[in-house]
Amino acid sequence: MDGVGLATTVDWARYQFALTAMYHWIFVPITLGLSFLCAFFETLYVRSGKEEWKNTAKFWMKLFGINFAVGVATGIIMEFEFGTNWSNYSWMVGDIFGAPLAIEGIVAFFLEATFFAVMFFGWDRVSKGFHLFSTWMVAIGSNLSALWILVANGWMQYPAGMHFNPETVRYEMVNFWQVLFSPVAMAKFTHTTSTSFIVGSLFVISVSSWYLLRGKHKEMARKSILVASVFGLVATIYAGITGDESAYVNAKTQPMKLAAYEGYYKGETNPGIIALGIINRDKKPGDNQAAFAASVKIPGVLGLMAGRGFDKFVPGIDDLVYGNAEQKILSAADKISRGKEAIADLTAYKEAKKAGDEAAAQASLAKFTANQEFMGYGYLQKAEDTVPPVALTFYSFHIMVVLGIVFLILFIVFLRKAAKNTLMGSQVLLFVGFISFFLAMIASQAGWIVAEVGRQPWAIQDMLPVNVATTNIGAASVQTTFFLFLVIFTVLLIAEIGIMTKQINNGPKEV
Amino acid sequence: MIGSLDTVILQQLWWILASVVGSLFLFLTFVQGGQTLLWQVAKTDVEKNLVINSLGRKWELTFTTLVLFGGALFAAFPKFYSTSFGGAYWVWILILFTFVIQAVSYEFRKKPGNLLGAVTYELFLFINGAIGILLIGAAVGTFFTGSNFTLDAFNRVTWTSPLRGLDAVLTFNLFHVAFNLSMGLFLVFNARALGAMFLVNNIDFAGVPELEKRLRKSCLQSFICALPFLVIILGYFMFFDGFSFDQNGVVSMVHQKYFNNLMEMPLLLVLLLLGLILVILGVFLTSFKTSKAGIWCGGLGTILVGLTVFFLAGFNNTPFYPSKADLQSSLTIYNASSSHFTLTAMTYVAMVIPLVLAYIAHIWYSMGKLSLADVQDKESY
Repeated sequence: MDGVGLATTVDWARYQFALTAMYHWIFVPITLGLSFLCAFFETLYVRSGKEEWKNTAKFWMKLFGINFAVGVATGIIMEFEFGTNWSNYSWMVGDIFGAPLAIEGIVAFFLEATFFAVMFFGWDRVSKGFHLFSTWMVAIGSNLSALWILVANGWMQYPAGMHFNPETVRYEMVNFWQVLFSPVAMAKFTHTTSTSFIVGSLFVISVSSWYLLRGKHKEMARKSILVASVFGLVATIYAGITGDESAYVNAKTQPMKLAAYEGYYKGETNPGIIALGIINRDKKPGDNQAAFAASVKIPGVLGLMAGRGFDKFVPGIDDLVYGNAEQKILSAADKISRGKEAIADLTAYKEAKKAGDEAAAQASLAKFTANQEFMGYGYLQKAEDTVPPVALTFYSFHIMVVLGIVFLILFIVFLRKAAKNTLMGSQVLLFVGFISFFLAMIASQAGWIVAEVGRQPWAIQDMLPVNVATTNIGAASVQTTFFLFLVIFTVLLIAEIGIMTKQINNGPKEV
Repeated sequence: MIGSLDTVILQQLWWILASVVGSLFLFLTFVQGGQTLLWQVAKTDVEKNLVINSLGRKWELTFTTLVLFGGALFAAFPKFYSTSFGGAYWVWILILFTFVIQAVSYEFRKKPGNLLGAVTYELFLFINGAIGILLIGAAVGTFFTGSNFTLDAFNRVTWTSPLRGLDAVLTFNLFHVAFNLSMGLFLVFNARALGAMFLVNNIDFAGVPELEKRLRKSCLQSFICALPFLVIILGYFMFFDGFSFDQNGVVSMVHQKYFNNLMEMPLLLVLLLLGLILVILGVFLTSFKTSKAGIWCGGLGTILVGLTVFFLAGFNNTPFYPSKADLQSSLTIYNASSSHFTLTAMTYVAMVIPLVLAYIAHIWYSMGKLSLADVQDKESY
């Protein structure tokens, strides 16, 4: 396959992954958050014995079920897409990456799938206690599945617990616990689930606000808001802490990503942070132009966030691309040339092995080992290829953070008003509540853009760039399946919205 | 403890585990079989709702088992995962597509505002049951007839047919086409027979006796339709060449390889015969008796037949994913597996499987039968 064909395939494979992931991510955070909220509502029913809580639980469960179905439909593609579109990736890291996916199936999906049936159809078939247990199992199962897939994603961002095996020409796992408990995996899991609880809570607040604006189902709406804003508030505080932790581990493991989402080019000691800014679109790495057309900067904060101190040097994009001798940072060009040597030595090693020349094989292997950590860089063309799209990453990150702060305020206000039962007089607040779910969706999607666009060009950080991770297949096939999924997912989304709207219009069963 | 086992033992253990999951999936395709029976056996709305709701309480089990089958193969045999999914692209994409449309159909079918109307969602279920299972069968067929791929020194796959997997059923080798299609069609009709057995077991027919009659009849019909394909499959095993590798890992064609495997692993012959007898017993109990237990015989029988198929493909020096384009690129359970470390770690994880099976069984039992009253409930599908 020629270079142009390969580039097109990787583009379409990336578009397709972005498409399926973003569609999937419309439904998943609602599921993660709403499943716990359903469990809270049902727990309140079982403890108080009041039918109104049961009806509240059942109403949200109905919406949960509709949403869950599309989440499942869009999810199955994701698992198999690694094989269909990223076949070389699947081979190179399957020894490590396959395990969390299989474990997800064994320990999480069956919990969800099995107890889901009880939660929906078991009200009169099993005891009250067992039904409640089942609802909790669905919530725990959903979030456990998030754990394993995020461990897998975390490993792509920070490949821990593995080594390269030149015999099999792949990376192999050497420490399961390092994969599971890698700081990146833990930060990913805690930040993704806590922010999904925010999405779930705002979904409940959004629908409830709409009822209150229309003067319908007032008591259920108020009580739902009360529970959701407590859950949302706790989740937002936790999301702030885990978000800060994510930035800290980014600084240690993916400094380029951090530099990109901060729009930070020239490394400094104790740098400030750009709170708000407009990117200078002409800015290129290494030039002397300003990074921002306009910006508001807070001194010292980036150093504190990335280095946990006021005397730490934080490398910028230029340092990472062109090197910084003073700070002992290797340039990307050096890494690329050493990477190319590693690939050549590995090829020589394989050829010598095939020819049965053991002495030559060992000589090549020794040379390969010296440069092996840079092998991934050997597949890049030029140093600037190591820089992800800065503007998209920067804006996504800042939209996410600003919205996170808005949600914090929103939860506090809703909690106060719901507790005092003064929601009805606040039309503006209720309108903001109504649109808050859509804002949450934007923030949540933006978070994934930061995580995934921010680590380009890598499929596996520093190890495997996306252009060699793909399947050896013509772009036309991947392009065709892209549109196939675009059409079907869009149809399913429209149908889902149609059904949701009807169900919300019908409202809960009144006592 | 497990870490001290030989890699070879772990590779074989994981082929057995993957085969068990794959065979359980084949049993659980009663859901897909039932979906293809819907329009044939259910004549009124009430009957349709009964069938849909009965299957609708189980479909996720089948779906999840398929996902686990994929995940287990990824974790234990990543070279198969990368070679087959990346190579036989279109077969897998089409299979996945039929499962995507299945996943929403139960939930969406009857809900107002569903955009496409109930009949479309019923059609989705039919497509999933017919095309999805047919293609899965054809893909399994290539375990015996081989595929068109080569692997380079870095184990990157090149598929040598532009049909990217659809060459399983669109090739000039008519024997291969016949075999792969027969695998698919056998699974489709077996799934229908199982679907009828399951529905007979799961539905309380008080008030809808005609549905029961039609189901019991369709079980026999489906099984009879499956028989000619079974004969072709067994005939192929008896008379055609198969793929084999020697102690140096060199792959060659061997006459009657799969028949030889049966003879050299007599346990498999026992599994196969016992499996077929149990399936026949399941059909007999369902179609000629008034018993509701057919599904247990048919299900266990299907699992045993499934195990035979997977073991025939993978054991006794047989490459389970052979390449006809380049014999030496063929995948065996020994050259396609994960590392010793990963197989060990996964074996520890697999120890929770009995617990998973236990709670599935408990809930299956406690959810009981489905009656008319259940589908008149507003919460039903």
